[in-house]
Amino acid sequence: MAAYETQGFKMDNSGKRVIVDPVCRIEGHLRVEVNLDAKNVITNAVSTGTMWRGLEVILKGRDPRDAWAFTERICGVCTGTHALTSVRAVEDALNIQIPENANTIRNIMQLNLYVHDHLVHFYHLHALDWVDVVSALSADPKKTSELAQSISDWPLSSPGYFRDVQNRLKKFVESGQLGPFMNGYWGNPAYKLPPEANLMAVTHYLEALDFQKEIVKIHTIFGGKNPHPNWLVGGVPCAININDTGAGGAINMERLNMVKSIIDRSKEFIEKVYIPDLLAIASFYKGWLYGGGLSSKNVLSYGDIPQRANDYSASNLLFPRGAIINGDLSKVHEVDLKDPEQVQEFVTHSWYKYPDETKGLHPFDGITEPYYHPEGPNFKGTRTKIEALDESAKYSWIKAPRWRGHAMEVGPLSRMLLGYVQPKQFPFIKETIDSVLTKLDVPVTALFSTLGRTAARGIETLYCAQLQSDQFDKLIANIKAGDSTTANVAKWDPSTWPAEAKGAGFTEAPRGALGHWIKIKDTKIDNYQCVVPTTWNGGPRDPKGQIGAFEAALMNTPLAVADQPLEILRTLHSFDPCLACSTHVMSPDGDELVKVTVR
Amino acid sequence: MATETFYEVMRRQGITRRSFMKFCSLTAASLGLGPTFAPKIAQAMETKQRTPVIWLHGLECTCCSESFIRSAHPLAKDVVLSMLSLDYDDTLMAAAGHQAEAVLDEIKKKYKGNYILAVEGNPPLNEDGMYCMHGGRPFVEILKEAAADAKAIISWGACASWGCVQAAKPNPTRATPVHKVITDKPIIKVPGCPPIAEVMTGVITYMLTFDRIPELDRQGRPKMFYGQRIHDKCYRRPHFDAGQFVEEWDDDAARKGFCLYKMGCKGPTTYNACSTMRWNGGVSFPIQSGHGCIGCSEEGFWDKGGFYNRVTNINQFGIESNADKIGGTIAATAGAAVVAHAAATALSKARSDNGNQAKSDQTKGGK
Repeated sequence: MAAYETQGFKMDNSGKRVIVDPVCRIEGHLRVEVNLDAKNVITNAVSTGTMWRGLEVILKGRDPRDAWAFTERICGVCTGTHALTSVRAVEDALNIQIPENANTIRNIMQLNLYVHDHLVHFYHLHALDWVDVVSALSADPKKTSELAQSISDWPLSSPGYFRDVQNRLKKFVESGQLGPFMNGYWGNPAYKLPPEANLMAVTHYLEALDFQKEIVKIHTIFGGKNPHPNWLVGGVPCAININDTGAGGAINMERLNMVKSIIDRSKEFIEKVYIPDLLAIASFYKGWLYGGGLSSKNVLSYGDIPQRANDYSASNLLFPRGAIINGDLSKVHEVDLKDPEQVQEFVTHSWYKYPDETKGLHPFDGITEPYYHPEGPNFKGTRTKIEALDESAKYSWIKAPRWRGHAMEVGPLSRMLLGYVQPKQFPFIKETIDSVLTKLDVPVTALFSTLGRTAARGIETLYCAQLQSDQFDKLIANIKAGDSTTANVAKWDPSTWPAEAKGAGFTEAPRGALGHWIKIKDTKIDNYQCVVPTTWNGGPRDPKGQIGAFEAALMNTPLAVADQPLEILRTLHSFDPCLACSTHVMSPDGDELVKVTVR
Repeated sequence: MATETFYEVMRRQGITRRSFMKFCSLTAASLGLGPTFAPKIAQAMETKQRTPVIWLHGLECTCCSESFIRSAHPLAKDVVLSMLSLDYDDTLMAAAGHQAEAVLDEIKKKYKGNYILAVEGNPPLNEDGMYCMHGGRPFVEILKEAAADAKAIISWGACASWGCVQAAKPNPTRATPVHKVITDKPIIKVPGCPPIAEVMTGVITYMLTFDRIPELDRQGRPKMFYGQRIHDKCYRRPHFDAGQFVEEWDDDAARKGFCLYKMGCKGPTTYNACSTMRWNGGVSFPIQSGHGCIGCSEEGFWDKGGFYNRVTNINQFGIESNADKIGGTIAATAGAAVVAHAAATALSKARSDNGNQAKSDQTKGGK
């Protein structure tokens, strides 16, 4: 394809093609191809989802009350958010009202997911894009201690503590078996941290690995296990029993105390370890403000965390809902999942077929007919050995969703921006962002970057840790007021349902806007569609040639070393890609699909 | 598992002492550690070695990796830093793309026959395997190549063991469990969606500690964790025996923690350690938190009727005789497990038959 301009980016695929496949430290399977100019600056980016599972056709004909368990298995990293979206879709379709306690417990579980997922993302999936592990070996533990104590009063900060970790790391490296650190990009000039900051961060990488398993125990208490806790259409499966015989078999005082203890300890870890580390790392990278992509132009959020049960209007949500388009921060557009003109998916550049591929389809009317045909004049390789894809043809298992025709970025940065421009409803977001910007001494435009996306995730974690605490207080207050109800069973029996119903459910998953659309016919699932965060962010071009959020964010970034994709990984990871989520979308017409795929 | 040192392996493969030292110098240099580190690396490699692990991901949701890092004893940190060498795992590793593929190639060559292959997820066979790609190639090929020189294979979770959710009817991608694609290696199935964290680390540390594969039942699962049904050890079992059941969600019986059998609990037919080890450091397990077991460690659990339908094969008789009958089934199963060794020949025949079946299926799937 010749050079062209889209969304303010000049696309040029004439330079050297660099391919990254697999993109590691993500959920699922992703491939990225970029072109570099003579100065190793990215002039073209191509994002390809390289897996497809087809869950929605599997759902067809099943009991809608079971759908949460199937869709939960779309993703085990953002575990629970698909299940919550699913029970909301079914409740919307069948007009089921859930009890106040169920709403609050669901909120606590969803916020708990955020706190866990964002923390693990920062340390275990993203940190090595900023932190040079090998450099940590040469750090002075005393200086590391001074640095740590200057930014936080977290108690594990003595020189001896950091020396012990460093010694363990040295022993590990000297063994010659480097495990997950083998063949990393150590020493790449794009790493900017001094050795003591690297040692601090690596130490906290290990500490966070120990701590994260504590956070999820809230899911275990209410949902029985994590990953993949249990949910329920009509409420939550756990009963509350504070006073009576048999309380040992329900949510009782001991269970609530454990929840409270975890909430408090998580908040402390976020405030004293994650946020200080994030700010310390950001202070060394604030000159590296690439990767903004679509964030300064088009962002979208469905909102989440309803304050009162059963009211899903924007004003009742503690996470903002809305869309900003064309960079106009003064106008937040209303978002409606059921409006056929708003959310639409295109397949012009995806390995699927539509009768008319110039048009997008709303999820209620979605079609997914797989059509795996890697081709195009610039395609290199064979059907089962792809060397280079051609973005002028079909090139991904991800569809291209658009909101009123616009490619949108979703996720923490989108949510925090939508909160920032609505300070009356979201004062915490506005104040925290302002304080972070002041501490780093950067303008608000610095948010439109890879670093801004990473910082937004940290700010959001702080917000979630606080909300988790607030929601717990609300649960206690409601129980104190005499309400122990956790489930509404009035419509549990399918014989109470109408012959046909349809509904939409939404959450904000940690990675962004998540919607499920369900049609029920004769008590069974007739059609089920999901449009998920990484579909929005990782999707390919549309009929107009508009690029997706990953592609946009990679544009114009220089690579310090052309054959080391460190900066590419840094920017992709800032979105926290989740490919199992993005690439499962499936047809309402399962029979046809099966005919197509079984050859 | 790995009794040879790294040095011995290299020598066995015909690498000279001189080349070995050169390798150590290069390793030191590539880490920016300077020449003084080379002898230290050489010494470590001559004296001991952590068993290398290649951890591949097919069609899955990564819940197994997430579960693994939840392990309380041992801590995931200690497993990775001190017990084994997690050399390739695309969910955690620093490298990507060519650098990641180079690691995979290197480990396969260097530790030929000495590494453990851990598989999370499964290969889809439709569309020439291209429903799951890795480096532009079908995942099934990557899996076969990594399996060829593995010492043993661990099938993590329901996906690798049975197929799990993407293999539920009508299985549009023809997602296929590992043992139907790899038929010439010992495979340890660790099912569950996901498996319990300490079961995962328990299985792998058993292999490292006792230098052998754990005893498996007829289905290839470690007996120590999958030998009994959840129902057998459920703390709510006395309520089942006493006929005290939850009749609807959040009723008085639910608040008292009665048996969830009538709410569709699959504990009576599910072999797993949830009711004994419990989850996330022993905090709870599904039944304790008020929802029935959905049977996630059983083969094809997605297609065994709804999660809220009663287990039909035991609901026809009274409670006491029911319990007896269940007891009888347990004894029969345990007896069968004892003779598992005797059945090994038959089993391996069945395996290779399955293998041929899988192969012919695959040929049909190709174009």
